Amino acid sequence: MCTTCGCSSDEVTVTDLGPLPHTHDHDHDHDHDHDHDHDHDHQHPHDHVHPGPTTQTLVLEEPILAKNDALADANRQWFADRRILAVNLMSSPGSGKTTLLERTIRDLSGELELSVVEGDQETLLDADRIKAAGARVIQINTGAGCHLDAGMVARGLSALDPPSRSVVLIENVGNLVCPALFDLGERAKIVIMSVTEGHDKPLKYPQMFRAATLMVVNKIDLLPYVNFDADQCISYARQINPKLEVVTVSATRGDGLDSWYGWLKAQR
Amino acid sequence: MHELSITESVIAAVTEKVGDRKVERVTLAVGKLSGVVAESVYFYFDLCAEGTPLEGAKLEIVEVPGKAYCRTCTNEVELVDMIALCPCGSADLEILAGEDLRIKEVEVAL
Repeated sequence: MCTTCGCSSDEVTVTDLGPLPHTHDHDHDHDHDHDHDHDHDHQHPHDHVHPGPTTQTLVLEEPILAKNDALADANRQWFADRRILAVNLMSSPGSGKTTLLERTIRDLSGELELSVVEGDQETLLDADRIKAAGARVIQINTGAGCHLDAGMVARGLSALDPPSRSVVLIENVGNLVCPALFDLGERAKIVIMSVTEGHDKPLKYPQMFRAATLMVVNKIDLLPYVNFDADQCISYARQINPKLEVVTVSATRGDGLDSWYGWLKAQR
Repeated sequence: MHELSITESVIAAVTEKVGDRKVERVTLAVGKLSGVVAESVYFYFDLCAEGTPLEGAKLEIVEVPGKAYCRTCTNEVELVDMIALCPCGSADLEILAGEDLRIKEVEVAL
């Protein structure tokens, strides 16, 4: 077991690739066909010591993200023990994640107990908005980090201390690339994209759309003003991820929010 | 950009395994469909390795090609990137290979 996350290191095997001292006999009683002439009648003096290997190869075959994955599993168990639903919201900056959360908190306040883990590189601006909307919130500032990882979320959760049977909404750092790779222990990953971003985004950032369970297409109130083909966007997204569920909403005007709320409640 | 965290994870995981022993070489397997750019990992490696047992170590990355099974035409197809489309036009693919993100082995000084 390693000391940091308790993961197993039993798969480690030691393979020695260095040169070995020759001490054993070589009994060959079969014939080797060897019809070219090798002049080999000199004596090999063999009284020196062969140097042993100077390096050793350790075969690890271990996932690079093993540590994060172990911490994510611990988070998953933590949520399960408390019957908490956790979802991970990811998108590019400015797609309307925080606005969607504010609206969700206000609309569902009587039905679900919601709290939020906010991830941003800097500032408490989003956390202030969530708090004003009426939910408990913890802000994680990642500094240079471009995504949340499972360890950060674990620290956020111990500070947040969400009640049993509640819903934890994790708003990841705005970024359509990096967050997709890091399991946080959530039940589902949600990708939010807005109609101002262009319908080709699923093809340009396939990793994200492949990792997601649900795609929320936001800002559909702006459809009359932008060149965005929603059907094409959904078709591109399902080309990457045939099982992807989709809801289309306007978090500001309220269109389609019932389908988003329905999806969220169905996950519990 | 997440290649920085990936590289840091490699350094941390290897350091944990080798203790104080000096690392001469690290070999990673990075799949074409993993979402990680090998070139960026090379870039970050020397920076991240500074002051650790991996300082000065040689990094080797084995890139694993993407492969999928097409449920529509039942052929195996090679995928060069994440935009998975079979030549038959189907997107109903099951990824078979290329998502690797592994530390294969390390060579340490005795």
